[in-house]
Amino acid sequence: MTLKKLKLRHYLNYMVIGTVTAVLAGMVLTGYKFDNSLLFLLEKIAISIILAVSLSLVVGFLGELSLGHAGFMCVGAYLGGKIAALLVPTLGNGPLTFLIALLAGGGAAAVCGIIIGIPALRLRGDYLAIVTLAFGEIVKSLFQNSSDETFGGSLGLNTPRYDKNYLFIFAFVLVLLTLMVVQNLMRSKHGRAITAIRDNEIAARATGTNVTKYKLLAFTLSAAFAGIAGVLYSYSNYTVQSMKFGYNYSIEILVMVVLGGMGSINGSIIAAALITFLNTKLATILTGDLAVLQNLFYALILIAIVIYNNAPALKGFRDKYNLSAFADKIRKSRNDPGHVKDDKAKWDVVPTKIEMNEILSVDLTPQDSSVTWEKGGPK
Amino acid sequence: MSEYILETKDLGISFGGLKAAQNVDIKIRKRQIYGLIGPNGAGKTTIFNLLTCVYKPTTGTFYLDGQEMKGLTPDKINQRGIARTFQNIRLFNNMTVVRNVMVGLQHRPEYKCSVFESIFRLPRHFKVEKAMREKAKELLRIFDLEQERNALACNLPYGKQRKLEIARALATDPKLLLLDEPAAGMNPHETEDLARTIRKIRDEFDMTILLIEHDMSFVSGLCDEVTVLNFGTILAQGDTKTALADPEVIKAYIGG
Repeated sequence: MTLKKLKLRHYLNYMVIGTVTAVLAGMVLTGYKFDNSLLFLLEKIAISIILAVSLSLVVGFLGELSLGHAGFMCVGAYLGGKIAALLVPTLGNGPLTFLIALLAGGGAAAVCGIIIGIPALRLRGDYLAIVTLAFGEIVKSLFQNSSDETFGGSLGLNTPRYDKNYLFIFAFVLVLLTLMVVQNLMRSKHGRAITAIRDNEIAARATGTNVTKYKLLAFTLSAAFAGIAGVLYSYSNYTVQSMKFGYNYSIEILVMVVLGGMGSINGSIIAAALITFLNTKLATILTGDLAVLQNLFYALILIAIVIYNNAPALKGFRDKYNLSAFADKIRKSRNDPGHVKDDKAKWDVVPTKIEMNEILSVDLTPQDSSVTWEKGGPK
Repeated sequence: MSEYILETKDLGISFGGLKAAQNVDIKIRKRQIYGLIGPNGAGKTTIFNLLTCVYKPTTGTFYLDGQEMKGLTPDKINQRGIARTFQNIRLFNNMTVVRNVMVGLQHRPEYKCSVFESIFRLPRHFKVEKAMREKAKELLRIFDLEQERNALACNLPYGKQRKLEIARALATDPKLLLLDEPAAGMNPHETEDLARTIRKIRDEFDMTILLIEHDMSFVSGLCDEVTVLNFGTILAQGDTKTALADPEVIKAYIGG
């Protein structure tokens, strides 16, 4: 019984996203016309979710700070967009071209992921963040300075137009694919190895975990999905401009992951959807001179959420009104004795650290009680 | 197959001018409980780090079951059969107890399952996961941790964290188990319990155990043989009672 429940909970996010997609797709296929701006928003949300979920693989689960996610996306957008533009005259602007573009963009980004993953094996924390940041900027300026014939240079690359009415369906199918890969990976022995590396790399090595392999795996997969998001972006926007993939965009994706809670896939999804929605709404509300305020609002919202999550003064409020407390209440009211939450409340940390002197003084030399043992060696 | 499960030959390492260990020759037979003792800073943990390939020896080499092991990586050496625990406990704190053990289990060849099989949820994934969970529970039962299997590792009391670390090391199916101060920070009751557990491990798994310990009654009660280190060199070696009674050893410990 509990097993069934567990499974249901595991697949809830697929089901929610799947149902929403199916309903919207059904409406489109039966001839309902959505507003173009809504379709565009849906595509943007899908792209954000793919980016956030893939970044959470590296930041949330592997525990390495990557600030170059927009760079991987940039590679995917340019290469996928270019290949699609080249293929359209021969293959037509259909799903097949799209699929090839996705594979090419994702593949190219994955290769970059390997290239970045190799130094990542030697660098930690801030240093890795700097390398990934540099990678993002290098990729951006490479494409910016390309010639007009190859990648359009500073004018941007024109990509094929795909029927707007259907693109969001493909986008959400890709969201589901990303979710499946990342979630299934994390809920397997390989995912356990990745979280083990995050928790304690030395211990992970000592228990036989091939750290090189798993770090590269996480970086490559994460980059590949960022590339796929890039291809989607190029399809959604008709034109790819390198300016878009700057440092700020990488931070924005990182914010989604951090806001959603590190290591929580569902949190990342919700945060990605929310932030994208807010961004778009603010961009339409604040026009003209007020456009400057957009970043301010965005920052204020972030600050408010971070304070809400961390301020000690709000702890009581948080404990009272949050989702998991609500879920607990429901469980309790159902009076389910079989459900034992694997939580912290059950075990207190018992500090039984007895001083070394105590142990040592009772043995070896019981006859000579005047001998005392000091930390730091014999006197 | 060789007579000794572990044999070190002239093992030594220097950090710059400091000779942390030199001319260390240790021979351990199968099913022995072997003690490595010495004052603080004598180089005991350094020897462990050499044996688990965290450090590369500057001189000498060592053999596990007759095979030379020098120059491997820590994860490879673990897969070849040397598992260890740490002086300062290193658990996967944000994972549950049972998952900690499963991380130890999952590199065994019988639980092989590729990334592809896991992502696409092929039958082997479910089979392997189930088998690992069962095996992990079995191991936890030996260490009396089965009740706590769903607790987070960081929330266990200290003594149980030590036990869990041993269980995780044992899960990797080693030929030789290295325990770095397993009784540190334990009260006398827990220490006694630990000695019983270590004997049980030897008997049930046919395990050879090399341990570092400061608690002398623990060592003399448990170890068949010991090596006493001081300033990176071997001071005395052999039968526990004789080695501990050696005047040089007593001098090194108590000073004089």
